Amino acid sequence: MSATSAAAHAHVEHAGHHELGFVRTYIFSTDHKMISRQFLFLGLFMMILGGLLALVVRWQLAWPETPVPGLGGLLKETGGVLEPGQYNMAFTMHATIMVFFVIMPILAGSFGNFCIPLMIGARDMAFPVLNMLSFWVTASAGLIMLVGFFVPGGHAAAGWTSYAPLASVVEYSGVNWGQNIWCISLFIMGIGSMMGSINYITTIINMRAPGMKLFRMPLVVWSLFITAILLLLALPVLTSGVAMLLFDRWLGTSWFRPSGGGEPLLWQHLFWYFGHPEVYILILPAMGIASEILPVFARKPIFGYHAMAFSMIGIAFLSWIVYGHHMFVSGMNPALGMAFTVTTMIIAVPSAIKTFNWLGTLWGGRIQFTVPMLNALAFVSMFVIGGLSGIFMASTPVDIFIQDTYFIVAHIHYVVFGGSIFGAFAAIYFWFPKMFGRMTNVALGHLHFWPTFVFFNLTFFPMHIIGVGGQMRRIYNPMQYEFLQHQQHWNVVITIGALGLGISQIPFVINFFWSLFAGKKAPLNPWNSTTLEWTAPSPPPHLNWGPTLPTVYRGPYEYSSPESKEDFLPQTAPPVHAGARRH
Amino acid sequence: MLNWWLPENVSTYGKDIDWLFHLIYYITGVTFILVAVTMVAFLWVYRDRPGRRARYTHGSTPLEIAWTVVPALILVVLTLLSVPAWSKIKMTQPDTDFEVLVTAKQFNWQMTYPGADGKFGTADDKTLLDEMHVPVNKVVRVILKSQDVIHSFFVPQFRMKQDAVPGREIRQWFEATRPGKYELPCAELCGFGHSGMKGWIYVHTPDDYAKWAAENLTAEEKK
Repeated sequence: MSATSAAAHAHVEHAGHHELGFVRTYIFSTDHKMISRQFLFLGLFMMILGGLLALVVRWQLAWPETPVPGLGGLLKETGGVLEPGQYNMAFTMHATIMVFFVIMPILAGSFGNFCIPLMIGARDMAFPVLNMLSFWVTASAGLIMLVGFFVPGGHAAAGWTSYAPLASVVEYSGVNWGQNIWCISLFIMGIGSMMGSINYITTIINMRAPGMKLFRMPLVVWSLFITAILLLLALPVLTSGVAMLLFDRWLGTSWFRPSGGGEPLLWQHLFWYFGHPEVYILILPAMGIASEILPVFARKPIFGYHAMAFSMIGIAFLSWIVYGHHMFVSGMNPALGMAFTVTTMIIAVPSAIKTFNWLGTLWGGRIQFTVPMLNALAFVSMFVIGGLSGIFMASTPVDIFIQDTYFIVAHIHYVVFGGSIFGAFAAIYFWFPKMFGRMTNVALGHLHFWPTFVFFNLTFFPMHIIGVGGQMRRIYNPMQYEFLQHQQHWNVVITIGALGLGISQIPFVINFFWSLFAGKKAPLNPWNSTTLEWTAPSPPPHLNWGPTLPTVYRGPYEYSSPESKEDFLPQTAPPVHAGARRH
Repeated sequence: MLNWWLPENVSTYGKDIDWLFHLIYYITGVTFILVAVTMVAFLWVYRDRPGRRARYTHGSTPLEIAWTVVPALILVVLTLLSVPAWSKIKMTQPDTDFEVLVTAKQFNWQMTYPGADGKFGTADDKTLLDEMHVPVNKVVRVILKSQDVIHSFFVPQFRMKQDAVPGREIRQWFEATRPGKYELPCAELCGFGHSGMKGWIYVHTPDDYAKWAAENLTAEEKK
């Protein structure tokens, strides 16, 4: 500890002597804040692509086999009408991009990088060069993933879950290089994620400022710490899984091919052993973000700090033993299914604890409806719906019916859009002043939030209804089924909602870039917040603080404390002794 | 309300599933309304107004215990209530002499009847494409196989779903309670022809079934 701070100290003095060049500052930067911005731009860019793919999917489902506006130039033979294979590719890549190249880079990549050192009082990550590599490896994986759209046969089309043997045998899907590229890209992405997670864990354990005990850490740091542990343990399983898939495709192995002695269900076990912790990797940072923003704008300490931290730890442990609920009707032994029901029901408890504590935080507060607060509140309310719909699936008999229907699609989107994306928006509006040194525009923020919230629900709530009606996921044309035809009008409603949701993001893009260059200069602590990042300049310079690191005297949520006249007591404010009090 | 949305149920165990569905629907519905009303009320009552300071509190252990224990109990009860239906549908196989071998392939359901000798794999087997005929009120055993990729045997009106996995033979059952014609979509993505891969299950009265079987299953043997 002393060695690292001495080294950092030397580094601070050293850094004062010469400026880094353009390339070292903006491209191959080892500064965690620049890497954070890079991850953010990567994620936002990919979000546009992932969103457009979703709109293509929605167009086809509402008005099947009619020309998709804007695709006439790309799909010349059909005049813009999507073919079934292209449709499969569109939803496969929508999910792949959103999960691996939007939510993970923004929440874990960008805000992990930004928040951890600044909020624990470190000058940078433990391994800055590894941190830089982590971004560039992830970005390369993203670039490789994009190449897949241009290869003959099209991109992967076996779903983001890529179930074998559909994904492992070329003849079954008709997709050759697309699926290979999918595997290679995720393999590389897995390596990048491993570099990041090792860095986060090491930094949090070793580099906290003096006085920053574990239970004085802001909950967003706790959430990122737990996320990093899950990333470290879960991602390698996917990485090995996609390598095995590639071996089956290229080297003639038979991991997943029954004719060679393999087992198709092995892929599902590997995938979901990764996949379920992955869901928590996507949602935990958003939970942390909400736990950070609610106290600031309710001007109150978080309700049940320890319960919040331990419930996240509980979720992390349980997330390893619930994955079988994705496989209730897969052919897995039904007795095992019963065991997974028990664990799945149990994992709902820590989520319930968190929700009630967020409500407890609002109780008796002095609630300020700022744009980050609105997004955080949307996170809480939408996560409640996503959490509750999960209980349907936990009940094995009910799952028999709703497995593979739109009910599942509704659930996942309430959790990862209603949850993770609203969390990401909340974080962007909240930390933008610190990250870029400028305030975002409030009017545009409202113009982004309200339509997004309304259209989000218009898009995803009716999916529950058509799911209960039996509409399967991943079908190209619902009108091919007599039992689904009577509810086709809902598909039109959903698509109109989705188009509205897409248009609602325009104010966000304008706000983001306008504020980046022309926003009002941000003060040191625009939200009157208590945590350490607000003691550094906006934006913080390289190595974050001047010659001395902040010292921490108390927990992170001392709002409206009777100890101070102001309604917030920063973590760095020295304790006020009874005798020393002047008033 | 769910009855407007759920397809009509025509199987014996479907009503168990629907009962659980409704139970969870009401529990989660009430929970959601309580949480939403509380949240909106808090947002209104505790909105920022000049001259008021927020309540300084770090939490409450009795409350933490209450909102840990109550959801846990509800969830344990739900788990226990789910066990009998699951065990009945998936873990036990009622006795029956009516078996159909279903072999899924891209993008069809092949339905094989054992013929007069009651055995599969003999010369009198009869295979139909994308249609299955069964008598009403009779336990039907479905032996599910797949020839290529994973498919899923889904009959919405029977509340029945089971993946067909290559290399495996999975036994399932159903008992239809009303004659009619029911759609059998594939519910697991199985390739470019996944959408539209479907069959029909015809549930006949015993007399109609006997007539159909005489014409279609045993007729050829007489030639």
